Amino acid sequence: MPKCKYDWPEAGERHLIGTRIDRIDGPAKSSGQAKYTYDINRPGMLFGKIVACPYAHAKIKSIDTAEAEKLPGVKVHLVQNVGTEIQWAGDEVVYVAAPTEELASDAVAKVKVEYDVLPHLVHDEDLSKVGDRGKPAAEQKSGDTVAAFKDPDAVISEGFYGTPIVTHCCLEAHGQVTEWADAQNLKVWASTQNLSGLPGAIAEAIGVPATNIEIFTPYMGGGFGSKFGPDRWGIECSKFSKEVGKPIKMMLERDLELMMAGSRPSHYAKVRVAAKKDGTITAWESDSWSTGGPAGGGKPPIPYVFNIPNQVTRHTSVSTNTGPARAWRAPNHPQSAVLTMCALDDLAAKLNMDPIEFFHKNADLASERTEVYRQELRKAAELADWQKLWHPRGDKTPGHIKRGLGVSMHTWGGRGHNSNCNVTVNPDGSVEVALGSQDLGTGTRTIIALTAAETFGLPIEAITVKIGDSKYPASGASGGSTTVGGVSASTRRGTIDARDQLFAAVAPGLGAQPDQLEAVGGKIQVKGDSSKSLTWKQACAKLGVKPVQVTGKNPGLCELGSSGVGGVEIADVSIDTETGLVKINKMVCVQDCGLVLDLKTAESQCYGALIMGITYSLFEEKIMDATTGRMVNPNMEFYKLAGIGDIGELVVHMMTGPGYDERGVIGLGEPPVISPGAAISNAVANAIGVRIPTIPITPDKVLAALEKGGMA
Amino acid sequence: MSRKKDKPRKSAAEAFSRRDFLKGAGVAVSGGLMVGEQVAGATPPEGATQVLGPGAVPITLKINGRPHKLNVEPRVTLLDALRNHLDITGAKKVCDRAACGACTVTLNGNPVYACAVLAIEAQGKEIQTIESLTTGGKLHPVSAAFVEHDAQQCGFCTPGFVMAVKAFLDKNPNPTMQDIEKGLGGNLCRCGTYVGVRQAVLEAAKAMKGGKAHA
Repeated sequence: MPKCKYDWPEAGERHLIGTRIDRIDGPAKSSGQAKYTYDINRPGMLFGKIVACPYAHAKIKSIDTAEAEKLPGVKVHLVQNVGTEIQWAGDEVVYVAAPTEELASDAVAKVKVEYDVLPHLVHDEDLSKVGDRGKPAAEQKSGDTVAAFKDPDAVISEGFYGTPIVTHCCLEAHGQVTEWADAQNLKVWASTQNLSGLPGAIAEAIGVPATNIEIFTPYMGGGFGSKFGPDRWGIECSKFSKEVGKPIKMMLERDLELMMAGSRPSHYAKVRVAAKKDGTITAWESDSWSTGGPAGGGKPPIPYVFNIPNQVTRHTSVSTNTGPARAWRAPNHPQSAVLTMCALDDLAAKLNMDPIEFFHKNADLASERTEVYRQELRKAAELADWQKLWHPRGDKTPGHIKRGLGVSMHTWGGRGHNSNCNVTVNPDGSVEVALGSQDLGTGTRTIIALTAAETFGLPIEAITVKIGDSKYPASGASGGSTTVGGVSASTRRGTIDARDQLFAAVAPGLGAQPDQLEAVGGKIQVKGDSSKSLTWKQACAKLGVKPVQVTGKNPGLCELGSSGVGGVEIADVSIDTETGLVKINKMVCVQDCGLVLDLKTAESQCYGALIMGITYSLFEEKIMDATTGRMVNPNMEFYKLAGIGDIGELVVHMMTGPGYDERGVIGLGEPPVISPGAAISNAVANAIGVRIPTIPITPDKVLAALEKGGMA
Repeated sequence: MSRKKDKPRKSAAEAFSRRDFLKGAGVAVSGGLMVGEQVAGATPPEGATQVLGPGAVPITLKINGRPHKLNVEPRVTLLDALRNHLDITGAKKVCDRAACGACTVTLNGNPVYACAVLAIEAQGKEIQTIESLTTGGKLHPVSAAFVEHDAQQCGFCTPGFVMAVKAFLDKNPNPTMQDIEKGLGGNLCRCGTYVGVRQAVLEAAKAMKGGKAHA
């Protein structure tokens, strides 16, 4: 019996929770029927394209659109005016729209913009070269680092570590289709992570009330943190559409998508870290810096995971002309894992300690999750065959292929966001849950259906889920691993209330009190007496003509979720010392996230995170040219994503059962993507005996490091 | 990256490496006008070259067994013709330069990047898109295997991937994992669904034509 009326069912009473459920929109996606924003074609629609600034830093001197406007059907819309200072290459100056994409491209070529080019900075790896673009923040300290580093028993490791800017590279580019139903009412099909928030974010700028704006996001092709706001293109295309009296579709082209629609900030640090000879970590000192574009880059949460007793951190924010920062799956955490876990791995090597043993020993510095980490470290080591395969730094076996293992740990919050839903149970037995959320591919639709089906004792196919329309009850933005906790909790509360109303309607007929009934196996029955039962359809017919309609909310009564997870990942790699190529043999992910609702989509999040992690560890970098200030790889042949042959064997283990399930639902999107960078870097160091200071670990860096003195 | 390695090819994996895709696409584009002119207009006198465009020309595309007549400029890609002119949107536009595979369709059974084929040169060929795979509401075995093995997250790469897998299995009914990793290196996914895709391909191989999969 649950302690609180909305609680999740106890382990023995779940029929769907924790099992492997196919995503309910899988057939629509794999058959090509799912319509994304990019696929929307409206009658009379124009295609919008962008005239972008080619310079990293410049002032607009003049704009001439006359030639473009002579093209048949071409319209133009000024986005930035003469005199505006542009801060990154790719920033938008003029929008054009035309009846065909080809004509819109011609129009872009005919717009003439003159600029006064200004000095730019697009690199920040070497802090000594950023001049006055660096803004140091106040030093933060706790404990006594001076004494701790001077301790004669201290073993000290020093190093430089870092990660460059990477981009989101969502396969569905940013953009939208805007259409005015009349002078006061706007419809927008938007590829967004924040459906319910968009009307309010657009309303003031375009001068109509938020209630007159309806956003549609039935499907969206990836966001990863880069699609929360309407963006300038959302607002300006709304205006542009109104000006021309036609719908406009404007999706960013791939080069602009990579140049300006999202940078994950760089993070670099010089780190000193100390431990006693027995391996107890005692002190941390770091000088870090980062950039996320013109606004600079914030301080990363370092030292990460381990709350080292004596620590001093200094951070410098560097302003660059590299395009604006956006949240990137687990903001600042993957970088912090690299800065911390690589430094600690180097310290373990100096102590001649096995890093798993070293992390075990220091796990009590990992706050309230010490025991979770210890369990996860043991499980991950077992799955990676660590005992057998790990060796001290430098693979001493003959030959040019060197193999190594590395480990990293991470943490994330993941508490459910605010969410509202409408639950309807109809007299014909049909059930609908509607809420203003969006499915980024994480399985949000499926989780909502699963939660409702669990409460009603129905198969998942019996539930109709409606999301992707801002007219449904507001639900939070999908970011920070907050969606699953939010939508499952609002749905659970709404469906429990709806079920109780149904119980009240059928109880007299069953000769029982409502609280003596249960909904299981497609029936409403008296608990413990299946002879007194009605089928779901029979029960709903007792409602007469009036459906049950209930609003579910999160937060609300009873704790259905919580916050805070651990996670351990191990990488097993082989490096060809002749070519410098790193090959992933195997990655192990051991992850907790409280109560797992759908094990299949939960594991998919982890597999996907490992692959995204392999990609940013080995391939991804927004490469900027110092002279022109432009990105040199704004395309998918040189901004590389891992392919199906690049990932090795992936092993995912979800921590579930007693000790985990009681924590309720916690988000999972971010945590497993945090550790791959550090785990892979540590594995490479273990293999070749020398640290590659920055990811991505590309062949040129491996060869350069080996030349300087790898032990391999 | 393993897909860039130039290894001796094995018979089962002969179908389409990323490299072949790119090579094929290049050849196809450079030959585009010639093919287009043959189909679009009267046969030119021997030795003469008929120039099409730059204005729109009438063409006929045979898509999923049905002829579609449309007017497009010769520079319009097959992908834009499908999506913008015919509202057939299963093939997705992502890189628009033959790098990612999201727009994969088949021409006479061979997989191509629709962004790197001109619409005029696709005339006279059997164009098959993802829309053709579901018949009477029943999923194709490849699509069904993608669902079963959760080989999709956001789903934007999925239609292209499914078409590439289908074409791959049509020519490689008994693929090994090595064949799969080589033969499907031309389709990229950002969410990271390759683990599911690998399993889905093995599963679909079993379901199609009684093929037997090797683990």
